[in-house]
Amino acid sequence: MNDLLKFITCGSVDDGKSTLIGHMLYDAKLLFTDQEKSLIIDSKVGSREGKIDYSLLLDGLMAEREQGITIDVAYRYFTTEKRSFIVADTPGHEEYTRNMAVGASFAELAIILVDASQGILTQTRRHARICSLMGIEHFVFAINKMDLIDFNKDKFNKIKKEIRILLAEFDYKTLNIIPVSATDGDNVTVKSKRMPWYKGESLLNYLENIDVSSVDNEKGFTMPVQRVCRPNHTFRGFQGQIETGRISVGDEITALPSNEKANVKGIINSGKEVNSAEKGCCVTISLDKEVDVSRGCVLVNNTKPFISNMFRVKLLWMDDKKLVAGKNYLLKLGTKKIPAVVMKIKYKINVNSGDEIPVDAIYKNQIAVCDISTSEKIVFDEFSNNPGLGSFILIDRISHMTSACGTVSHSLRRGDNLTWHAMDITREKRAQQKGQSPKTIWFTGLSGSGKSTLANEIEKRLFLKGMHTMTLDGDNVRLGLNKNLGFTEADRIENIRRVAEVNKLLNDAGIVAISSFVSPYERDRMAAKNIVGEDSFIEVYVSTPVEVCEQRDVKELYAKARSGEITNFTGISSPYEVPQNPDITIDTTGITIEEAADKLMAELEKLL
Amino acid sequence: MSNLTHLDKLEAEAIHIMREVAAECEKPVMLYSIGKDSSVMLHLALKAFYPEKPPFPFLHVNTTWKFREMIEFRDKIAKKYGIEMLEYINEEGVEQGINPFDHGSSYTDIMKTQALKQALDKYGFTAAFGGGRRDEEKSRAKERIFSFRNSNHAWEPKNQRPEMWKLYNTEINKGESIRVFPISNWTEKDIWQYIQKENIDIVPLYFAKERPCIYRDGNIIMVDDDRLKLRDGEKVEMKKIRFRTLGCYPLTGGVESDADTLDEIIKETLSSVTSERTSRVIDSDGGSASMEKRKREGYF
Repeated sequence: MNDLLKFITCGSVDDGKSTLIGHMLYDAKLLFTDQEKSLIIDSKVGSREGKIDYSLLLDGLMAEREQGITIDVAYRYFTTEKRSFIVADTPGHEEYTRNMAVGASFAELAIILVDASQGILTQTRRHARICSLMGIEHFVFAINKMDLIDFNKDKFNKIKKEIRILLAEFDYKTLNIIPVSATDGDNVTVKSKRMPWYKGESLLNYLENIDVSSVDNEKGFTMPVQRVCRPNHTFRGFQGQIETGRISVGDEITALPSNEKANVKGIINSGKEVNSAEKGCCVTISLDKEVDVSRGCVLVNNTKPFISNMFRVKLLWMDDKKLVAGKNYLLKLGTKKIPAVVMKIKYKINVNSGDEIPVDAIYKNQIAVCDISTSEKIVFDEFSNNPGLGSFILIDRISHMTSACGTVSHSLRRGDNLTWHAMDITREKRAQQKGQSPKTIWFTGLSGSGKSTLANEIEKRLFLKGMHTMTLDGDNVRLGLNKNLGFTEADRIENIRRVAEVNKLLNDAGIVAISSFVSPYERDRMAAKNIVGEDSFIEVYVSTPVEVCEQRDVKELYAKARSGEITNFTGISSPYEVPQNPDITIDTTGITIEEAADKLMAELEKLL
Repeated sequence: MSNLTHLDKLEAEAIHIMREVAAECEKPVMLYSIGKDSSVMLHLALKAFYPEKPPFPFLHVNTTWKFREMIEFRDKIAKKYGIEMLEYINEEGVEQGINPFDHGSSYTDIMKTQALKQALDKYGFTAAFGGGRRDEEKSRAKERIFSFRNSNHAWEPKNQRPEMWKLYNTEINKGESIRVFPISNWTEKDIWQYIQKENIDIVPLYFAKERPCIYRDGNIIMVDDDRLKLRDGEKVEMKKIRFRTLGCYPLTGGVESDADTLDEIIKETLSSVTSERTSRVIDSDGGSASMEKRKREGYF
């Protein structure tokens, strides 16, 4: 049986990645006749004046063929007499870097193309860096378009030197640098006669022979549990794929994080009972006694991964939305999915120079070093030691986008002497965690003006948008917190003061607070604004005229005020001071609650 | 150093994926089209969860134009393994008399694409396994293993979620669903070699046998029942043919062949000069991008 090599082609736009692979397939006679026929037909309408455009073999999406670029990774499968290959052809545009990274995470070897007439570009360096980040240890640089520099040996050697400098900072195992012409086929499948000075192999030859097997010198056994298999009450097995090492019946295993020990009673691999299984196998393991194991736990033997809730990582940010410290994501590592916070962005890595640059935010396609904290302790390892337990993704909790991928550099809690209390959880961090800016929305207006109805409707709408909210109104506050207060002037002031303080606390907790109080006096509202903070306070004046409010009189308060049953009633027997500078004014006369809320939301969205 | 062969690695990859879906997705289903790829998928599912049965049902979207031998095979297999086999037919399409002869590409849309959408909506499946392989076709070559569909079941090829290592992101919003392709990285050759190695049952139509057929538009079409009306000049002949892929009999071209054992089929596949999809009449209508168009509209 042939063995399998998984590789990618990457490099900058127009360096000829798709063309190189297309040409390789064509020359090695690896195309079916119908594919070859459609290639020749498609080439005639293409941009290469009827010459065969080998890239068309790979650019399969309509948008790609229309624009003549590669947007997403294409996988091709071919087999020569010596080996089976899966190649991921990746896009060169910076915009599609994350798709390039998808290909890199899958590959054992990378072919990085360099346009000989342009030399090493920023994008070449970015791709080399991402390949290394994703764990690739075998590199081939194909110096393409040698025909454009007249197959000049000195120019080739100059590029070669630059590559060696670039790779010096990475951990890699093999490197080869081959001069080629992807369009003409020089050194692609056979050695070129036009570069007699090149003594190495053709590219295909090299790929057929290179050894990429990793020497896993007696690593311990690790297996993240995918699921618990319980066909009946006599059998209980743990299913997962072995990440490192091997396991045999009778071996002792430790279940992490519970640290319980048991012996292996049986192993099922590929549907059959076996005595032992090794790295890569998907097995079902049964034990000689009950242990506390569920999905996300890890079974180990003769190795000690970390168990902690903080670690340092290197990540590639892939989301259109920026990364800022304090934001909450779902982290998936091994088979564990758990809420996690990016506590700190240590620095960004300049893709060109490798320099470490301190920053506050990370944008799409940037590489950064960060500290991550998970909501409880999880089992993980350093990526260099155990890729399966040292790689992770971050998932946005609202859009569900895979926002980042990365690798664990090391645990941050050696010896458990660092604790949560050392972290400063500030108002900003809490707000970032919730993805919102906390504000106090203060509704003021006459009784019956529509304040509470509007406040309720606005909270519903904000809630549906995924915001974290809380509404305070006269009734719920006076029944609890302020039940010792009456309606004297001093008590009214105290009522508003306490409400303002609660609003401030809610804002500190990262929450959008909504308050609905008649609050008839300008000085009380100003006091509330001072407590909450000027920048956080949004004053909404519901300006429905007193005649309309009295007509509505839902609680029959106006009738009672008119009859003298209630004294000091705002608007009738007590004044209402119209706000001097409300942030928003809204009159609910003659419009529905939905219409009023629409108007209000449009204004609020500018302020929240 | 690993002793796993190329096929062992492909098998392990598929099993890992199936278990991830079973563990993380709310309501999975496995699409079962009765073809060789489905036979391999079922075999992998049985292995993945053993000694438990696959913790999800299987779904066959029946266009009512499948080869009769396919339906017999489906029922036999479901019984043999004791799995839950759901069948869905777009009854509205049947009532309107939609057929592959008169309705061309709208037949595929109504009886396959729409029927599949209706079936998934009816049962509320959130994840559906399919046997698609990336070597089949150019737009498939670009599709992720976990491929997301919006609430209209449409694929957005320009905005696919990154898929790193084997860390699959299965989070979806209400109404969205996932298509999962565990054998994305298998080639036609891998499928045949695996069928041989594991001794997997497949529909007899894959083996060469004397069958009644006609030549139509450059394809050999088997006359499976009397719903196929002969055109002027066409006549039914007995030919020794077999099929490389299976679908609706009027839309599936056979190849003349003497390969009636797995060994011979593999030998023929290895020396084949055309890709397997050339025998599917539906792919060629609409040019090289037709598969992508259909997928954007919700085709599997």
